[in-house]
Amino acid sequence: MKVKEIVDLLSLKVYSCEDSLQGEVTGGYASDLLSDVMGHSKEGQVWITLQTHKNIMGVASLRDLSAVILVKGFTPDDETVKLSVTEGVPLLGSDMEAFELCGKLYEVLGTQK
Amino acid sequence: MQFEYKVEGGDFTQAGHASSQIKKSLKQLGVDSSVIKRVVVALYEAEVNIVAHAYRGVIYADIESTGIKLTLEDEGPGIPDVEQAMRKGFSTASHAVREMGFGAGMGLPNISENADNLSIETVVGKGTTLRIEIKF
Repeated sequence: MKVKEIVDLLSLKVYSCEDSLQGEVTGGYASDLLSDVMGHSKEGQVWITLQTHKNIMGVASLRDLSAVILVKGFTPDDETVKLSVTEGVPLLGSDMEAFELCGKLYEVLGTQK
Repeated sequence: MQFEYKVEGGDFTQAGHASSQIKKSLKQLGVDSSVIKRVVVALYEAEVNIVAHAYRGVIYADIESTGIKLTLEDEGPGIPDVEQAMRKGFSTASHAVREMGFGAGMGLPNISENADNLSIETVVGKGTTLRIEIKF
């Protein structure tokens, strides 16, 4: 499933890379600890977090993640949006809490298989 | 191929820069992607450790045909008990650093899991040198 389809299905906000949402989503990883994501996320996953500082884009890019989704209506720092554009990793957002968003995402990704 | 990067303690805006540059170089060299992933994890964690704990440091990366050698020398507080620091979940990071999602006591264990060789030399009150080797 493409990032764009997830954006549409879950009505996500798009903070960056609006024109490049064609990355393939292979799954999801939910964590607010950067070392956890660094050590255990897998290529192509979307990362669900409430962290908003620019280092999340560094980690997402280094791990080749397909997108980052901020939960609970948290908005990204300007620097985070900038780095997202530079690295070409879309930064998305939702008003849902992590639990609910993960549930919905699991559901839509699950129907793909 | 040799690279050198300076790292400033406390400057999280630049954290990950060296890892990103090395990742690009390894990709260009056609290094296996599973090996690149291991290098990136180990180097990123070591880089963040300097930012989070030390005053300043230098990263030396030496890419050879058989593997990569990373040396991270910092001027900082040193590690009083390396065995304890290697334990998952143990951390001396500040509250501010933890709030950013760093300092969860996973850095050194992540480095160790991804490196073929890891050595730590540390002097309390002076600094720490990490040597990480990953074979291609």
